[in-house]
Amino acid sequence: MALLAVRDLSIDIAGIKPLDGIGFAVDKGEILGIVGESGSGKSLTALTVMGLLPLIGGRVARGSIRFDGTELTTLPEPDFRRLRGRRIAFITQNPMTSLDPVMRVGAQIDQVSRLHLGLDAKAAQARSIALMERLRLPSAATVYHHYPHQLSGGMKQRIVIAMALAADPDLIIADEPTTALDVTIQAQIVQLLVELVRDRGVALILITHDMGVVAQACDRVVVLYAGRVAESHGVQAIFAAPRHPYTQALIRCIPRDGMAPGSLAGIPGSVPSVANYPAGCRFHPRCDRAGAPCAATVPPLEHLPSGAEVACHFAETREVANA
Amino acid sequence: MSADTAITARRADFRRSVAAKVMLTPKGGIAGAYLILLVLLALFAPWIAPYPYDAQNLKIASQAPSLANWLGTDEFGRDVLSRIIYGARTSLSVSVTAISVSVFVGMALGAAAGYFGGLFDRAVTTIVDLSWSFPEILLALILVAIIGPGLHSTMFAIGIAYLAQFTRLTRAQILSLKGETYVEATINLGASHGHIVFRHLMPNALAPVIVCGMLATGDAIILEATLGFFGLGAQPPVPSWGAMMSSGSALIFKAPWIIIFPGLVVAVTVIAINLFGDALIRALDIRARLREG
Amino acid sequence: MPEPARDLVRIRALGKRFDSRKGLFGKRRSLKAVSDVTLDIPRGKVTGVVGESGCGKSTLARLVVRLLRPSDGNVMFDGVDLGRLSNREMRRLRRRIQMVFQDPYSAIDPRYTVADALLEPFQVQGTRLSAQQARDKVTELLAMVRLGQELARSYPHQLSGGQRQRIGIARALAFKPDFLVLDEPTASLDVSIQAQIIALLEQLKAELGLTYLFISHDLGLVRYFCDRIVVMYLGRVVEVLPAPRAKPRHPYTRTLLDSTFAPDPTQRRDISRLTGEIASAYDLPAGCAFAARCAFADETCRARVPLLAADPDGHAVACFHPLT
Repeated sequence: MALLAVRDLSIDIAGIKPLDGIGFAVDKGEILGIVGESGSGKSLTALTVMGLLPLIGGRVARGSIRFDGTELTTLPEPDFRRLRGRRIAFITQNPMTSLDPVMRVGAQIDQVSRLHLGLDAKAAQARSIALMERLRLPSAATVYHHYPHQLSGGMKQRIVIAMALAADPDLIIADEPTTALDVTIQAQIVQLLVELVRDRGVALILITHDMGVVAQACDRVVVLYAGRVAESHGVQAIFAAPRHPYTQALIRCIPRDGMAPGSLAGIPGSVPSVANYPAGCRFHPRCDRAGAPCAATVPPLEHLPSGAEVACHFAETREVANA
Repeated sequence: MSADTAITARRADFRRSVAAKVMLTPKGGIAGAYLILLVLLALFAPWIAPYPYDAQNLKIASQAPSLANWLGTDEFGRDVLSRIIYGARTSLSVSVTAISVSVFVGMALGAAAGYFGGLFDRAVTTIVDLSWSFPEILLALILVAIIGPGLHSTMFAIGIAYLAQFTRLTRAQILSLKGETYVEATINLGASHGHIVFRHLMPNALAPVIVCGMLATGDAIILEATLGFFGLGAQPPVPSWGAMMSSGSALIFKAPWIIIFPGLVVAVTVIAINLFGDALIRALDIRARLREG
Repeated sequence: MPEPARDLVRIRALGKRFDSRKGLFGKRRSLKAVSDVTLDIPRGKVTGVVGESGCGKSTLARLVVRLLRPSDGNVMFDGVDLGRLSNREMRRLRRRIQMVFQDPYSAIDPRYTVADALLEPFQVQGTRLSAQQARDKVTELLAMVRLGQELARSYPHQLSGGQRQRIGIARALAFKPDFLVLDEPTASLDVSIQAQIIALLEQLKAELGLTYLFISHDLGLVRYFCDRIVVMYLGRVVEVLPAPRAKPRHPYTRTLLDSTFAPDPTQRRDISRLTGEIASAYDLPAGCAFAARCAFADETCRARVPLLAADPDGHAVACFHPLT
């Protein structure tokens, strides 16, 4: 039984359905990558799992989200509030806007453990400083008293991660946690998240558009396209033998060593907006393998014996050994 | 579709759509209709007003509203309604002319200061800050006191009183627009200062300044009335709303209509201008940018 | 007729200092955004400049196209010293030197349609076009960046990021320039769109014989796209790789390479040794700017600034303890 299992999830925002039957699972000590371009529904998935959909006027139309035996789609908001921040934590893309500019960063971390764990001020401070040291913030005891504007982007993101960890959650959802950071800092933060999962046994959902980050950090991958799952599988298998043309195209977008000039192609066109989803397979207008059935019928998500799931009429069916 | 005509045509489209947006809101529509009516009355006063503005008849002095004189007569027996209609000419022409010139000069000063910076900017900013520390009314009174009463000095005084406001707003707009990538991108194409200022900065800075000018016109009508009330504006027998109220103040208990009706028109006109300005702000979606300024 | 010089652009000892004051009475601070950069940009090649925030790469780009004036040194374009040109001459020369900007969302005036934006280069350069010529130009430029002419009447907010960046490129190409400075043209785009734009730039280079200076923070992308790579750190060039696959010799370049993840889980990078933050460009340390983050740094590194020294292959490195 996975810690978090999402099944056949569809949501409705003012009559439009930006997520349509998506599913995935993540267990403790595991990193699940959710990838796709902007507009594929990655962030909405995070918002839905966090129970924050009503904030943007949406609701779960169908499907279930089970977290540690509790059904979240029907959970009343007061109960959800006890879960959010306490057992499910969220790390946002932009550390600049997720910190309160007029509050010392240490106090912001303290807040979380005082609220959720009932610690007193002293215990909370000790815990926060310990966390900051664990996250390799230099001279944590000093930085504790700093304001956000005194810190660099990488340090701020570490503070945000410390806030997420402060209540000792079981599941962390990180939405593009490194996109706004410099490459060397991004690498450090990714490394840090991987270590946290290994040491503390938390479950991590890493939302990203970067197949490089996925390859570096994740155990399993769900590829979303236009609100549907295109493919999901273990990280080794999905990179060794991607079955869905979209997954293949996404991988080809990242230049790698030894690539000949002119071989970087990208994916033609762009993700359609929710109002303009095409019929049939939503990827077919951009797909180089699309045939007659693609425009007509929605390809079902097939479960292959290897554990792979793929939704494509022309999926590559050969299996790979290290699946 | 040459480059210039295409851009001009597009702007005409844009202007039409803004006009539609303003007039289609209830408040904007009513306020707009009232203001259009007022302008028409002022333009065609000789044909619309039942009596000439200076037709005295002491026999019917200070008479209450009646069928012959809908809004009554003043202390010289002149028709109040006719004088209000003619007064609209004075009030509107003074305030609109003064504010238009003020907006024009303010934009030029503000744009030059914001765009070129340096010593000129510092000089302009210092003068603006200095004049900002006086209330407009005080500034206008001082100016009229110096150059003497009359319509032209009223216009001049009002124009100067509001100049700081437009200069400051334009300068702030230009400063923030200057940092936009498209300005840098246009310099990169080889554009001259003139092209950048007149094709990019000014058009993008225009909307908030226009709205600000609109709202200031409301204030200017009050200011004009105030100067008129003190006898510093239009000189008799030329009617102005302020002067009418001033002369009516002596008879406020005996013949209150002499002061009430012009006062009412001033109030309604100012409210209409403000409502119209609000609708314009909404239609142009510039609330945030006005706050910046 | 003499053979044209191999290098289209020669940059000599270029430096840029920004002076600012903290508060009204605060002490003056000076930021050295770019220090002592010497660099040749060969014709028909892609020269890449890579580095992180604060390394001065965007300032360098603006100095090269004279959107900023240097504090020291000079930029020679095809034998002409840009610093000696009058404003009028420089404006004229912008037909040959163009730049594509990072943020496609604000690089076009929101009040301009695509057609307006594409015709603006002709407007500012004083080229009169008839209505028919203008229509043809718009169609031609849109086709050049693989966009349909139905976009001509759209406003920027109606376009996707990738489409806007193509419009930015089309504007830059209006006068068929020789030299294009690309300032992180794909940094704010999705990877799928980034790959499209890079592919387009590759094709345009071949079609029009362009020379590129490509600025990026992504070493992986630069290694794919560029013929030569210049690595900058806090305003200085720390290494010049003569070929994209050349083995890094500066510890910082090595760090950058280790931070670039390949889309291949069998080649995971070991990044456990990576530490430290980028210093502020306002108070640079005395010696090598990278010393504080460098595993090999010693007293020499903290005391003196290492100079860029090239080997016979043109591989230059500014380090007292280069990797072998």
